[in-house]
Amino acid sequence: MRAADHSWLSLASRWVLLLLLSALAVGLGYAVLCLSSQAPGLGERVAENIETSGVSNPVTAVLLNFRGYDTLLEMGVLLVALLGVWSLGSIPEQCESPPPGPVLNMLPRLLVPVLILVAGYLLWVGAYAPGGAFQAGSVLGAAGVLLLLAGWCPDVRLVGLPLRIVLAAGLGMFFTVGMVLILVGRQLLEYPPALAGTLILLIEAAATLSIGITLAALFLGGRPDKERLRRRFSH
Amino acid sequence: MVLQWGFDGMLVLALLWLAWRALRSPDLFTAIVLFIAFGLVMALAWVRLQAPDVALAEAAIGAGLTGALLLAALARLNDLDDRINDDQPMGTEKK
Repeated sequence: MRAADHSWLSLASRWVLLLLLSALAVGLGYAVLCLSSQAPGLGERVAENIETSGVSNPVTAVLLNFRGYDTLLEMGVLLVALLGVWSLGSIPEQCESPPPGPVLNMLPRLLVPVLILVAGYLLWVGAYAPGGAFQAGSVLGAAGVLLLLAGWCPDVRLVGLPLRIVLAAGLGMFFTVGMVLILVGRQLLEYPPALAGTLILLIEAAATLSIGITLAALFLGGRPDKERLRRRFSH
Repeated sequence: MVLQWGFDGMLVLALLWLAWRALRSPDLFTAIVLFIAFGLVMALAWVRLQAPDVALAEAAIGAGLTGALLLAALARLNDLDDRINDDQPMGTEKK
């Protein structure tokens, strides 16, 4: 009897769910159809002001100059995500995996230098073509993931303060530039047009390094434990 | 023109099919591989929409690194399951 009740309830809830979802779909469709077909957008204003942004790629101009505040907060989100993973515990035991096969052993030696070069290229080309800090950082992060898969573990001396400095460098550089600009009497992240290109490259370089190392550290899946690494190296 | 419409239509169908399979797959490993494939096809769709910046980010972060992170999380989940099963004393298995 109870089982029958249960199945009846689940059937009813399914129909209610279907009804609600249909209502949602109709509402969304109506909202989309109501949109004016010619939204003005901000593309023209970006194109008008591109001269003052210091870069010629509109996407980089928006991300690092006109809406630099958003990117600053994104760097913060990435750092907070890593802190969340670190607070859950130290590196799992499986990091100390058996040595990889010959292919995985050789592949990083060939690919990692190329990946670092590609990351540098994407960072540089972001000023006037598709590319930029996040793409370059993720390529750098991929190089780190490849190294970790091949059984490489970070050196004990690098795990403490140096790692933390690099992780915070992107947000720190962004914040420092913003603060210095405020002290000089401008708004937060309102670059002087003459220096904008240099400042953007400076911020992007620090951000690329931070993003790459953060993503690799996320893949590591825990706070690097100095003691455990030291024990491992002493074996 | 017809060729482009055909290609775009195939992209849309492939995206919907991959998304559906990834959601419905009972095996987590299959679901992750389907998710990575979804990210790569999505990057192609961004290129077709003339957004190469988003395509780059989608391929590198959406498909590559998220896939690697999901696979690492799955490996840790499996490890955890194994350890829980190993740690179980013999007596508790009767229950």
